[in-house]
Amino acid sequence: MSEFPLPAISEPALQAAPATKARGYWATVGRRLLRDKVSMACALILIAIFLSALVAPWLHLADPYQGSMIRRLRHIGTIGYPLGTDELGRDMLARLIYGGRLSLIVGISPVILAFCIGTMLGLVAGYAGGKVNTVIMRAVDVFYAFPSVLLAIAISGALGAGIVNSIVSLTVVFVPQITRVAESVTTGVRNMDFVEAARASGAGPFTIMRVHILGNVLGPIFVYATGLISVSMILAAGLSFLGLGTKPPEPEWGLMLNTLRTAIYVNPWVAALPGVMIFAVSICFNLLSDGMRSAMDIRN
Amino acid sequence: MLLYVTRRIVYVIPIVICVALVCFLLVHITPGDPLVAVLPADASQELANQLRAAYGFDRPLPVQFGLWLWRAVNGDLGNSIATGRPVLAEVIRAVGNTVTLAIAAAAIGFSLGLLFGLIAGYFRDTWVDKLATGFAIAGVSVPHYWLGMVLVIIFSVELNWLPAVGAGPGGSGAWSWDWEHFRYLILPAITTSVIPMGIVTRTVRALTGDILSQDFVEALRAKGLRELDVFKHVIKNAAPTALAVMGLQLGYMLGGSILIETVFSWPGSGLLLNSAIFQRDLPLLQGTILVLALFFVILNLLVDIAQAAIDPRIKRG
Repeated sequence: MSEFPLPAISEPALQAAPATKARGYWATVGRRLLRDKVSMACALILIAIFLSALVAPWLHLADPYQGSMIRRLRHIGTIGYPLGTDELGRDMLARLIYGGRLSLIVGISPVILAFCIGTMLGLVAGYAGGKVNTVIMRAVDVFYAFPSVLLAIAISGALGAGIVNSIVSLTVVFVPQITRVAESVTTGVRNMDFVEAARASGAGPFTIMRVHILGNVLGPIFVYATGLISVSMILAAGLSFLGLGTKPPEPEWGLMLNTLRTAIYVNPWVAALPGVMIFAVSICFNLLSDGMRSAMDIRN
Repeated sequence: MLLYVTRRIVYVIPIVICVALVCFLLVHITPGDPLVAVLPADASQELANQLRAAYGFDRPLPVQFGLWLWRAVNGDLGNSIATGRPVLAEVIRAVGNTVTLAIAAAAIGFSLGLLFGLIAGYFRDTWVDKLATGFAIAGVSVPHYWLGMVLVIIFSVELNWLPAVGAGPGGSGAWSWDWEHFRYLILPAITTSVIPMGIVTRTVRALTGDILSQDFVEALRAKGLRELDVFKHVIKNAAPTALAVMGLQLGYMLGGSILIETVFSWPGSGLLLNSAIFQRDLPLLQGTILVLALFFVILNLLVDIAQAAIDPRIKRG
């Protein structure tokens, strides 16, 4: 796949003038990324959201579970409730910040799991070739026959609601996609001279995959996976939105959108707030992934 | 060409069988008794066994799969546990509404995507490009069910211009292309169109940029062709890939409509799937997923064939 360049193979450090200090490939990519304003802004926003979710209990916020019938659906900007209250009178600011915990875990862990499993499968399929490749890639084809939303919802619907079931179903959705990318980059690297040289010098298949191939394919697969986080966040929250993910009263952005949907005629803009968080995380990961892809494309 | 078509069709058959197997097995990873939706809580063991035999749940799994597949091939997807009506008829009626929605959304999303993509690719790295790319990224990053809610808030709650839910007077079975019904289609169609808009924009932008940097474009300009005619060559070269992407997106819209249909209570296959899940109506769940997945497979096949038909560079052997 030409979309995913194989940057680590070209070793720019080798061609650098000897007088200057040779900089490694990843250091170069890092510097290019640091100079990219959009990527850095996205990274900062993401760090802020992650940190606030992480340290939420120490931020002196209101109790995200404590409701009150007399202060339901306060508007944004009410004194004491900067972002209003939800349909059960719980503080929205606290729930949005606490909501990041579950939303981010359920949104990101499927991609991490799929990254590990898919890279392994793709590496084996691409390196082994032949029958092994056929078996793995035909199995992948079957999952490609389902639109990803349909597959995620079908598996979640069959397994029943729950956080673990959401993570499982989304992992199943992403493994085939990552396997395909991993297989195609591995196939590209497999026939390179240095792999042939390693084989000639007696290295076993496991060593070749681990030492010589993994380092060269991990970059493109990683960039592809970061792009998937955006889809995963939207789908994970979507499952909760349908009632297939987190159960009430846990704060989670998708579920909050679902329960607040009944309130859009009373206090519409408070009801839309959880979606803003999903949107922000999703677009930041997308832009960051784009930034990484162009930073790794050293040829430009 | 005929050989190519035949080969593609033959290649699809094992996929279809595996897809059917996945649909079938999905239901059997479900925890709990599949009869729970229909059986009264105080039913006797005898009645439970009787029903189990009636639905065929008492036979071994491979036999059940074989029977189910055989019936499915003959157009019988069983009866819905909740309503008792044939699954196939229910699914087909619902799919009709989803197709209406998908076509409307495709009309908006594809035309905007093509327009933005061509402009952005042509005026690369200018502010027009940045604007179009920004739109595209927002389109693929927005949680579309939330966008649907926001549109309802603006156009139904605040402005009171358009209806918030449903498919118009007459309900699910009475769609027609008049304004009275069309009003109900506008918000769901716009919501559905943002993802394909974003993806088509990104694809077409990349394609246009690549094609414009090729040598033959330089040659066309050198021989004095007007810029508009150069553009025609760009479109011709970008068409096969753009078509493939749009076909795939149409498939996603048909199969992945559940979230938007839930937000707008649009009576399509997604809403049917939703009710099948929550009523634990397993035959309906199986049938809906199977029909939607088959749609997707067939659409992919058609796209492949169409691509080969219009692009002489694809080997048809």
